[in-house]
Amino acid sequence: MPNRKEFDQSLGELRRLLTAMGDHVVHALEEAVLSLQQLNIEQAKKIIGNDHTLNELEEKVMEIGSRLIVTQQPVAKDLRRIIVAFKISSDLERMGDLALDIAKVTLRLQDSTLIQPLVDIPRMADIVGQMTKESIQSYLDENTDLAYKVGVDDDQVDHMYSGMIRELHNYMIDHAVDGPQVMLLNLTGRYIERIGDHATNIGESVVYLVTGVRPDLNR
Amino acid sequence: MSAIIRVEQLNLYYEKHQALKHINLNIKEKAITAFIGPSGCGKSTLLRTLNRMNDMIPGTRIEGVVEISGSNIYGENVEVENLRQQVGMVFQQPNPFPKSIYENVAYGPRLHGVKSKKELDEIVETSLRQSALWEEVKDYLKRSALSLSGGQQQRLCIARALAGQPDILLMDEATSALDPISTLKIEELTRELKKDYTIVMVTHNMHQAARISDQTAFFLNGEVVESSDTPEMFSNPTDSRTEDYISGRFG
Repeated sequence: MPNRKEFDQSLGELRRLLTAMGDHVVHALEEAVLSLQQLNIEQAKKIIGNDHTLNELEEKVMEIGSRLIVTQQPVAKDLRRIIVAFKISSDLERMGDLALDIAKVTLRLQDSTLIQPLVDIPRMADIVGQMTKESIQSYLDENTDLAYKVGVDDDQVDHMYSGMIRELHNYMIDHAVDGPQVMLLNLTGRYIERIGDHATNIGESVVYLVTGVRPDLNR
Repeated sequence: MSAIIRVEQLNLYYEKHQALKHINLNIKEKAITAFIGPSGCGKSTLLRTLNRMNDMIPGTRIEGVVEISGSNIYGENVEVENLRQQVGMVFQQPNPFPKSIYENVAYGPRLHGVKSKKELDEIVETSLRQSALWEEVKDYLKRSALSLSGGQQQRLCIARALAGQPDILLMDEATSALDPISTLKIEELTRELKKDYTIVMVTHNMHQAARISDQTAFFLNGEVVESSDTPEMFSNPTDSRTEDYISGRFG
């Protein structure tokens, strides 16, 4: 049976860590898309250089969670709180990697000019950034309504991504010479869409935390 | 699995104090059922009603039904001696008789009229094998039971209960006075025994209930708050009071 005071303190620490990881992801995504819009190489390099912070935070979550399981032997919702913290931290770590992948696209385009100003990519990134914030908020408040909303927003992102693929495909037919850049922009759209999927996973984890049943929001 | 024990609308009073309130509970045959809950919640009291150990406490009054294998054990023609043979019990403190290991196990059957040496030998060996003690004591059956370690004594008490060929074994915190290794042995033994017996245990060790029982009933203030499959109880209890108790929020 957990020692309540110590257990609650450590749970609070887990929440702080996951909040920090969420903030880091949202910031990295914003910066990565900005670096791409402006082809700002320095900004892209900074994002890549900061990624270790996210990995360290994830390790800290693993460390605290494992220690709680070993020393306090939690059950029921207490156990789910820890299982979910592991799962969310691993989603956030992947989201950080995907933001980093966008920054790498900026690096690969460093001697080019953009074929046209980016419109869909920043718009998708805005929505996904918001989804990430809401997924973390839904975790902090154990709010399943907000968790389900993240799943609904993800459908919108998926839809935008499909439109973007079609548009880029059509563009490439007329401008074969821009093929490499079109491929990279397509990949960027894919990275953002994947970040949205991970935010949706976090929503699923929150529903599992509250109800004990894992729903499929990622359809 | 069908219910071997059926408790219906059971109320129990010690003088004016109501210790059990409207208990309804089915206990499955050949399974381990654990009773958990804070001190004074009624779990040991209910356990003791299952072989009428409460009869010995003056001022006890019982209403309701306790059926074992379809007959009311509080009915008129019940022989309590026979009942206690059918429903064996193991207590918190190992309590072997100050006699030899052999005599501890043979005592009950002899009392019930088994005279043949060969038959008694067989009962002693079978019971000691079933309680996982045989290999450790087979060469020392004449030694005093009190020379055994606490864990061995407890397994001897289990053998003594099994010698009566019960259907049901009640365990009242049977490992709480034992070291972790002896506890583990008894737990393994309990899992082995459920193939042939129905086991009902009271435990203060919540994780023991989670580890070995199939069904768990959570008691609070003389009531059964919740009773369900053990994995369900410890992963997703339906009553918030159960969640609070197993998460250490009170008790």
